Amino acid sequence: MSLSKRIIKETQRLAEDAVPGISAVPHDDNLRYFDVTIDGPSQSPYEGGVFKAELFLPDDYPMTPPKIRFLTRIYHPNIDRLGRICLDVLKSNWSPALQIRTILLSIQALLGAPNPDDPLANDVAQAWKQDEQAAIQTAREWTEKHAKP
Amino acid sequence: MDSDDDFNSSQMSDEEFMGDQDSDMSLGDDSDYQDDVGFETQDKDIKPTKHSYEVEFKVFNPAEIQSHQDKQVEEVSSILGQEPEATAILLRHLRWNKERLIDRYMEQQNEVLEDAGLGETLHTHPPRIEQVPGFACDICCEDGEDLDTFAMKCEHRFCVDCYKQYLQTKIKDEGEAARIRCPGDACNRIVDSKSLQLLVTGDLKNRYQELLTRTYVDDKENLRWCPAPNCVYAVQCPVKDRDLKKIVPTVHCECGHFFCFGCSQNDHQPAPCALVKKWMKKCEDDSETANWISANTKECPKCASTIEKNGGCNHMTCRKCRNEFCWMCMGVWSEHGTSWYNCNRFEEKSGFEARDAQAKSRQSLERYLHYYNRYANHEQSAKLDKDIYLKTEKKMTQLQNTTGMSWIEVQFMDSASQALQQCRQTLKWTYAFAYYLARNNLTEIFEDNQKDLEMAVENLSEMFEKPIDQLKGLKVEMMDKTAYCNKRRIILLEDTADNLKSGRFFWCFQFMLLDMMLTID
Ligand SMILES: [Zn+2]
Ligand SMILES: [Zn+2]
Ligand SMILES: [Zn+2]
Ligand SMILES: [Zn+2]
Ligand SMILES: [Zn+2]
Repeated sequence: MSLSKRIIKETQRLAEDAVPGISAVPHDDNLRYFDVTIDGPSQSPYEGGVFKAELFLPDDYPMTPPKIRFLTRIYHPNIDRLGRICLDVLKSNWSPALQIRTILLSIQALLGAPNPDDPLANDVAQAWKQDEQAAIQTAREWTEKHAKP
Repeated sequence: MDSDDDFNSSQMSDEEFMGDQDSDMSLGDDSDYQDDVGFETQDKDIKPTKHSYEVEFKVFNPAEIQSHQDKQVEEVSSILGQEPEATAILLRHLRWNKERLIDRYMEQQNEVLEDAGLGETLHTHPPRIEQVPGFACDICCEDGEDLDTFAMKCEHRFCVDCYKQYLQTKIKDEGEAARIRCPGDACNRIVDSKSLQLLVTGDLKNRYQELLTRTYVDDKENLRWCPAPNCVYAVQCPVKDRDLKKIVPTVHCECGHFFCFGCSQNDHQPAPCALVKKWMKKCEDDSETANWISANTKECPKCASTIEKNGGCNHMTCRKCRNEFCWMCMGVWSEHGTSWYNCNRFEEKSGFEARDAQAKSRQSLERYLHYYNRYANHEQSAKLDKDIYLKTEKKMTQLQNTTGMSWIEVQFMDSASQALQQCRQTLKWTYAFAYYLARNNLTEIFEDNQKDLEMAVENLSEMFEKPIDQLKGLKVEMMDKTAYCNKRRIILLEDTADNLKSGRFFWCFQFMLLDMMLTID
C-alpha cells in the first residue's frame, strides 16, 4: 500500500491545479510538512487578510486527518490562541477520501461562517454571542493588524 | 439481626424498585438465564435474606453476555423478518432497546433502516469484492484492472487494502465497533456485519467481537462492567440513575471486587454517589489547600501583628501585645468556656457566633478538617489492612506450626481481618456522609452508630497486635469481637439505608448544593 503515491499526487495537484485563494507548499526537506496560506473570504471580517498556517501529514495519513494550525493570529470563535482549529472534518468526520485541498476549503468556509455555539476560544465565542457587531469589528481589526502582507 | 425483619424490609424495597422496572431488565427476565447462572454463589442460595442496604444483582461472564446478545438478535430477527446481521445492526443502532426498535420499525421501516445504514435489504445484494475496469482508489491513488475493490450500497468504492486499513484504524486505534461509518466523505452508512465479515480477518476479528460485546454492556442501563483491572465479568442490577439519591447499590463481582453499580467506584456505603462525587472533588480541590495555608497565619485582632498557629490549641497569645484570643472566632479568650472545642464530635455551639466572614470561613474549614482527618485516617488504615491481612496469613501459618491448631481453627484470624477491612471502608465514608449531614435527631443516631462501630473496630484492631503465643487463647474473644464489628456495621448500614430510602436525611446547604438529593419524591 503506497501512501506516498497518494501524497505525491496530492502535492502535484496542489501545484498544477491550484485553488484560488489557497496555497500549500511542501518543505524541501520534509514532504509531509506544508506551508499554507488561506485568503480571508470576501464578505467576511477576514476579507483582505492572508492567513498563514502549517500543515503536517501524520504517518498514518490519510487514515487519520492532517494536523493544521494557524500561524497568523486570528479572532475567531472556533480558533484558539494557539491557532488550533475546531472543525468536524478534522476530527470525527474525517474521511480518508478527503484531501488537503478539501480540508483547506473547509477551513476557508469556516472563516466565512463562524460557529460560536461550538467554540474553541470561549472568550471569543462569548463576545460573539453577546455583541456580534462588536466582535466582527474586533476580527476586522485583528485582520488589519496581523494578516496584512 | 432479626432475620424476619430483614426479610420483610427487603421484600418491600425490592417491590419498590421492581415496580419501576420495565422490560429493559431483559437479562433477568429470561428464564433459562436463571439456569445457567452457575456461579451464583452458594452463600446467596443458602440465605436469600437481604438487608435493606443490599441490592439485587447478578454477575455474568463473557460467554453468557454473548449468548444473550445472540438470543436477542435471533428473537428480534424473526419479529422484524430481517436477517440476523441486519437485526444486530438495528439493535445496536437503537442501543439494544428492542421495544423501541420494534415500534419504530413497524411505523417507519424505511426510515429506521436508512438511519441504521441499511437503506435496502442486504440479501438482494450481498457484499462482495470486485475488480472494476477504469477504477482508481481515492485513498491510495492506485489503479489497475486487477485491483480488488469494495463498496457498500452507497457505492463509495475503495481498494480492498485501503478499506481494510480503514477498518483496522477504526477498530484497533479508535475502539469503534458497532457504528463504523463508510470511509466515503460525509457518508453515514454503517458498515454492516456482513461486510465486516468479508473485510475483517485474523486478530482484528477477535478484537472486533470483543468490542461489540462491550458495546452491548455499555448500552444497557442495567449492565455494568466490573471496574477491577482485567476482570471480564459484567454485573446486572435493576437500580437506575434516578434511584441513586435513595439507594447505594454496592455489588459484589465474582472476582471478589465490591463496587458501586451507580458510579463504578469502590464500595462507598453508606454515602450516596452524588455525595461521594462532591466529597472527592472537595478533597482534590486546590482552593481548599490554599485556604488551609492561609488559615495558618492570622493577624492579632488587637495589634495586627502576624501570628502563626503551629499547634492544635485554639487558645492563642500574641507575642507582641500579650492579647489572648480564640483562633476560631478571633474573640477574647476569657469569654470562652474551656470545653467548647471538645474534639470528639464537631460541635457548633449555639452560643457561638462567627463574627465576620473570615471567622465563618475558618469555622467551615475547621469543620471540614474535622471530618477529613477522620476520613483520611480510615482510608490510611484501610490500606494498612492489606498488610494486616498478609500478617494474618503469616500468623496463621505460625499458629499451625507452633500450636498444632488446624487450618479450620485459625480461620478466625482471616474473618477478623476481613471484617476490619470492610468496617473501615464503611467508617471512612460515614465521615464524608456526616460532613454533609444537616443536624437533627437522626444525626445523633447516626453519630452514635458511627461511634459504636468505630469503637468495635479499634477494639478488634488492637487484638491483632498481641503476640502470637497469646492468640490461641484469644480465639473466642476475637470471634466475639469480629461478630460484634459485623453486627455494628449492619446496624449502621441498615439504619442509614432505611432513612435514605424514605428521604429522612437532610443535607447541609451551606456546604453543598446537593439539590438532586434533596428532592423527595
Ligand atoms: Zn458510503
Ligand atoms: Zn486504495
Ligand atoms: Zn470483577
Ligand atoms: Zn456510587
Ligand atoms: Zn472563640
